[in-house]
Amino acid sequence: MIANGPPIRLLPRLDDGNRFFWTAGAEGALRFLRCDGCGQYVHPPVPRCPYCLEATLAPAEVSGRGTVHSFTVNHQPWFPEADDYIVGLVTIAEQDDVRLTTNLVDCDAGEVTVGMEVEVTFEHSDDVWLPLFRPATGTL
Amino acid sequence: MRSGEPLERRAAITGIGQSAIGRRLGRSELDLTLEAGLAAIDDAGLTRDDIDGLSTYPGGGFGPAGFGGPGTPEVQDALRLRLGWHDGGMEGAGQSRAVFSACLAVAAGLARHVLVYRTVTEGSAQGTGGRQSLAGMVGGGRGGMPRFGGFMQWSLPFGAVSAANWLAMVAQRRVHEFGLTRVQLAQIALNGRRNAMHNPKAVYRDPLTLEEYLGVRMISSPLCLFDCDAPCDGSTAVVVSHRDYAKDAPNAACHVHAIGTALRGRPSWDQFDDMTTMAARDAASSMWERSDLTPADVDVAELYDGFSILAMVWLEELGFCAKGESGPFVEGGTTIALQGTLPLNTSGGQLSAGRLHGFGLLHEACVQLRGQGGERQVPGAPEVAVVANGGGPIAGSLLLTRGPS
Repeated sequence: MIANGPPIRLLPRLDDGNRFFWTAGAEGALRFLRCDGCGQYVHPPVPRCPYCLEATLAPAEVSGRGTVHSFTVNHQPWFPEADDYIVGLVTIAEQDDVRLTTNLVDCDAGEVTVGMEVEVTFEHSDDVWLPLFRPATGTL
Repeated sequence: MRSGEPLERRAAITGIGQSAIGRRLGRSELDLTLEAGLAAIDDAGLTRDDIDGLSTYPGGGFGPAGFGGPGTPEVQDALRLRLGWHDGGMEGAGQSRAVFSACLAVAAGLARHVLVYRTVTEGSAQGTGGRQSLAGMVGGGRGGMPRFGGFMQWSLPFGAVSAANWLAMVAQRRVHEFGLTRVQLAQIALNGRRNAMHNPKAVYRDPLTLEEYLGVRMISSPLCLFDCDAPCDGSTAVVVSHRDYAKDAPNAACHVHAIGTALRGRPSWDQFDDMTTMAARDAASSMWERSDLTPADVDVAELYDGFSILAMVWLEELGFCAKGESGPFVEGGTTIALQGTLPLNTSGGQLSAGRLHGFGLLHEACVQLRGQGGERQVPGAPEVAVVANGGGPIAGSLLLTRGPS
């Protein structure tokens, strides 16, 4: 039995720097900071663009598409009575050096491969929308 | 002395000491630290009155229970040391940071003899539940669930709660890029166990077979139980002295030849540019940049194996084989055996000798250079040892030589 994640979601502490990221899923969107000057996506959030050092970062929506850079099936019962779940490392389609640690969901462990195309889906928990990824369906 | 000599070359390890080591000793971290520290001071032919520097990684208050060990103020006070220099903390080039800073303090004349220690009581702290327990985090209570900031916010919500998970993804990426197999990876654990059988202090000394390795439960694929080191209780200490003292030391001094401290990629478990190497790449290359020695000069390698995959990464990044070739390099286990061309983790590594968090490997490198390995002594009187600590975005490496270089 593969679960879509751990039985208990340990949640981020929201603040003015990260709230946009963790709540964008309420609108079905995946957003990252993007520099108005140089166009780079930046993650995790910081006050200035680490490329051009200008304070010109603003949240921007991305396609929600990505590629599995790596993954692992967790078997260790860190949490009581946990089923196995898949932790993934997903590179977003827009920029190949922006990655998210996430859960790969709606698939069996045996289906997952490095390089697999995935798309975002959200799990709502309290005031947080966690971006999870499932196998991509069709094309944009 | 040639111009531009790396400053760390003015330092030498003149004393080594280790407390009792066990899965659960039921002794305090300060008790263990004093046992190891006094042994190291005595081994160096010194008394506590000679010790004018003190450093540790990381010290009191850092990390989960049993991780940090006592801080330098506690140890200083317990030994009533009169210090010219003291240092502790977690940020830096891996667990070795405490050694590196001691070398630089000695070179700078801030201290002449620095006691450097690393103490863990993770075996006792984790109790019989091993590493399973997140009870402290998720225990609830009136305040409800705790929330997390920093790196943890990007990892914990998805159940990636341990370095086992983060490094499993390093391993899986290497399966994809290089065709790494579990039979290859097993050699790190099997080699460690073979060597641990000759180490009376090792926490696991029963024979381990490939069949047992392949049959044991998975922790986080492709890493199984035997790919993960064994939490334990114990303290390791060394005395880092100015090399001027080396000739007077009763045991052969292990001279510091070069240290590797670089971190050129992003300091992140999941954003580092090359997930197959992470910071080992930078630490290793910066170490060789400070030396005329080459990987072919190394007689014994003590490479961090908090998880087996890390030793594989270090083998490549230190240049013992080409990138991606560590699997074939260790295949069959003969190359890395005590009698092989690159004896690896000769006391059992952390997988079998216990998670002394890098300092067990440092201690063993000195044992080997001194020729005090007993049944596990590498033949041929090794002259150059490499010690690598850390993994993921945390890494440091160290070249030691028998005699001045």
